[in-house]
Amino acid sequence: MQVPILKQGAYLIATVQSALTDEDLKQLRDALVGQVSKVRARGVIVDVTALDVIDSFATRTLRDVAHMIRLRGAETVIVGIQPEVAFSMVKLGLTLAGVSTSLDLEEGLAYLNRKA
Amino acid sequence: MGSALIGDEIRVSIDCDAAIVTARQKGRALASQCGFPSTDLAVIATAISELARNIVRYAVHGEIILRLLDDNGKRGVEVVAVDDGPGIPDLALAMQDGYSTSGGLGLGLPGTRRLMDEFEIVSDFGKGTTVTVRRWKR
Repeated sequence: MQVPILKQGAYLIATVQSALTDEDLKQLRDALVGQVSKVRARGVIVDVTALDVIDSFATRTLRDVAHMIRLRGAETVIVGIQPEVAFSMVKLGLTLAGVSTSLDLEEGLAYLNRKA
Repeated sequence: MGSALIGDEIRVSIDCDAAIVTARQKGRALASQCGFPSTDLAVIATAISELARNIVRYAVHGEIILRLLDDNGKRGVEVVAVDDGPGIPDLALAMQDGYSTSGGLGLGLPGTRRLMDEFEIVSDFGKGTTVTVRRWKR
């Protein structure tokens, strides 16, 4: 399941539509890191509203995306982590430390407008 | 253990990363059928994901077995992750947060124990590992 990536102004928006395998997550990471420089994006939003599980591998990959994109000079914000997903992540020991998050797409865009 | 099995168990063969998604979706559906609240569904699905990924990462092939239990009117979900992989040489070390031999975050086993109500692990070095976890409906 490929994740569509849309360009809106200076930002890239990746909206996850359904459950992702480890391979899908790696593809998303590589696509975002590649595209950010190709289109000279200043910010990236990854919308994970549709994900019902964010496990250790998904967390690590999202963190890697944010760090790699920061090294490419742009900002990343993860939006839409559901409350029960957040609960499970914290129980598991996953905090996404060092990665920006926002409630939803609207908040994510507002965050990038201030930051990027 | 006075728990009785309700209905048929579901077995999911785990041999690739797509099977991790299948296993956690089937586990979520089973728990949902039993009336677990949505937070518990996410917790159970996350635990299954971690256990299934351990199979793919360390044993290559194994199975996730999903069961609904009844213990004197208390309903629960049991997840058994079985593999015939290399086994875990030092279980105490594998249960420590942050310990990983694969470059992962090292949260799979200790994190799964925190997510679920009951956690048992049996590992025979050279023969395989079986992890059994349960979560009971409140």
